[in-house]
Amino acid sequence: MATFEVLEPGILTTIQDLGRYGFSQFGVPPSGALDTFSLRVSNLLVGNEENEACLEVTLMGLRIRALEEVVIAITGGDLSPTLNGESLEMWRTHLLVQDDIIAFKKVNAGCRAYLSTSGGFVVPKIMGSSSTYLSGKFGGVEGRPLRRGDLLYTSNGSSLDKLGLRFPGDWIPSLEKVVFLRVIPGPQDHHFTEKGFQALISSSYEVTPQCDRMGVRLEGPRIERRSDVEESIISEGLIPGAVQVPGDGKPIIILTELVTGGYTKIATIITTDLPRVAQLKPGDRVKFKPISVKDANHLLKEQEERLKEFKKIIENQALAVDRVRVDQ
Amino acid sequence: MGLYAETLFYSMGDRGLLIEFGDEISREINEKVRRMGLAVRDEIREGIVEVVPTYRSLLIIYNPLLLPIEDLKKRVKWIEEGLQKVPLPEPKLTRIPAVYGGIYGPDLEGVARYHQISPEKVVQLHCSKAYLIYMIGFMPGYPYMGELPEELVTPRLKTPRLVVPKGSVAIAQGQTGIYSMESPGGWQIIGRTPVELFDPGRDPPSLLQMGDLVQFYQISEKELKK
Repeated sequence: MATFEVLEPGILTTIQDLGRYGFSQFGVPPSGALDTFSLRVSNLLVGNEENEACLEVTLMGLRIRALEEVVIAITGGDLSPTLNGESLEMWRTHLLVQDDIIAFKKVNAGCRAYLSTSGGFVVPKIMGSSSTYLSGKFGGVEGRPLRRGDLLYTSNGSSLDKLGLRFPGDWIPSLEKVVFLRVIPGPQDHHFTEKGFQALISSSYEVTPQCDRMGVRLEGPRIERRSDVEESIISEGLIPGAVQVPGDGKPIIILTELVTGGYTKIATIITTDLPRVAQLKPGDRVKFKPISVKDANHLLKEQEERLKEFKKIIENQALAVDRVRVDQ
Repeated sequence: MGLYAETLFYSMGDRGLLIEFGDEISREINEKVRRMGLAVRDEIREGIVEVVPTYRSLLIIYNPLLLPIEDLKKRVKWIEEGLQKVPLPEPKLTRIPAVYGGIYGPDLEGVARYHQISPEKVVQLHCSKAYLIYMIGFMPGYPYMGELPEELVTPRLKTPRLVVPKGSVAIAQGQTGIYSMESPGGWQIIGRTPVELFDPGRDPPSLLQMGDLVQFYQISEKELKK
C-alpha cells in the first residue's frame, strides 16, 4: 500500500538520496540531494540511516495526502510547510494520520526543503542509488519529477519513539539574502588575471533565473582571463561546487548533474558551504571568500562532530523511551 | 610540451585532487591516466569517493576526514613510481553501424564541402580505422574518440544545436563521438546509429569503456529502422 498520493507536484519535486557514486567513468554524474546536510538531518530525525531517499521540494506548490499513519520531518529551506492548512514546524518529527495534507505554500527563505519519512521512500535503486537524474531520465520515480496522481511508497520504519524530536535550534543553518561562500582557489585560477580573481572575491554576484540541478549561473562583474590562455581547456572531471568561468567571464556554480566539462574553474566552493548553494534562488546574492584547504577540513570536521552529537541525542531519547516501556 | 616531466597536482576544493599528466590529447598521456585510475581504485580503498578519468587528467574525489590530502598525494606519488607495471586490459573492438547523411547526418554535406571532398569520401574516411576511446563523459555513455584521419579534422559548429537526437554520430576537431542521449550539442552531425550506448540497468551501464576501440561501418536507412 502506498503512503502518499501526490495532489500537486509543485514547481519541481524529486526523490533524492546522497547520490550515485562510482560510475563517473561511464559518464554518470552523482545527482543526489543538493543540500546534503538538510537531507541527512531529515533522515536522522525520523530514525533513518542518513542516506535514505527523501523528497527534494523546490520552491513551492507541492501538496501530498497521507494514505496511512506515518512519521515525517521537513528540513532545509523555509517553504512555509503546512499540515491541513496550519503552519508546520520544521526540523522536528511529526505524526501524520490518514488523509492529512502537507502543502508548501510560499517561499519564506531558501529554495529547497527535504521531507523524510520513517523507513524512507522506496523506488527501484539504479546503480545503488534512489536519486533522480533528471537529464539522464533515470532514478527516482521513472527518472522524472513527481506528477499529480503519483503514489509514493515507503518502507516500514518504526519511529514513534522519535516523535517530538527536534534538531537543536542553534545548529539549524541560517538562510540569508547575501550568502557567503568560502572557496579554495583553483584548479585553474592561474588562467585569470589578478584583477579577475579580485573581481570574484570582492564583488557580490546575483543568482540569475538560469539555475537548476546542473548549475547556478551568476550575474556580476566580469572575471578577466589572462590574454595568453584559451577560453576552454581539455575536458576534465567536475565536482559539485566548482566555479567555472566560460567565455563571457560570468561565473557558473556546478552542481550535481554534471560529470565532465571543458571550461576553466577559478575556484571551488568548500563542502560545508554547498548546502547554502542549494538554497539559492534567482535574485539572491552571493559573495566569495577564499580560505585554505586546512581551514575547510576543520569546518567539515566541526559539522560532522555536530551530527555525531545529534545522533547521540537521538540514541539517548530512544533509550529513555525504552526505559519508560519497561517500567510500565 | 605533451607529457609533463613532472605530474601536476591541483586542489579542486576541499575534497577533490586533480592530477594532470600533460597538456594535449595523446595516447601516451591518456594511457597514464588510465593506469593511474585503475591503480588508485585498486590500491587506495579507504577514503576514495570517486575517480574520474578523462583525456589528460584524473580527478580523485576523497573524504578528507578519512584520507588527508597530504596522505593521498603521497600515495599517488608512490603509485606513480611503479605506474608502468600496472597492467592494462586488452582493448576490445566494438563495431558500430551508422547511417550517414540525410536527416540522420545533417552536417555531412557541409563537412564534405569544407574539405572539398565528396560526402561518400567523408563516410569512407570515417569508417577507415578503429578509434581509441579516450574517455566516457559529458553524458552517460558518450565516448570521446580519436584520432580522425587528417582529412576529416573539422571545427565545431559556430552555433550549437539545442537538440541533437540520441544516437547521432558526430565529429569535432580531431575527435569523433556518439550522442548516447538527446541533448544540446555543438559537434558536426554526420550520421546516426541504432546501437544503445547506455542502459542504466546493465552492468556495466555503458556499452563502451575508456581504452577500448570503435570502428564504424555504414548501413542503410532500412537497416537503421530494423
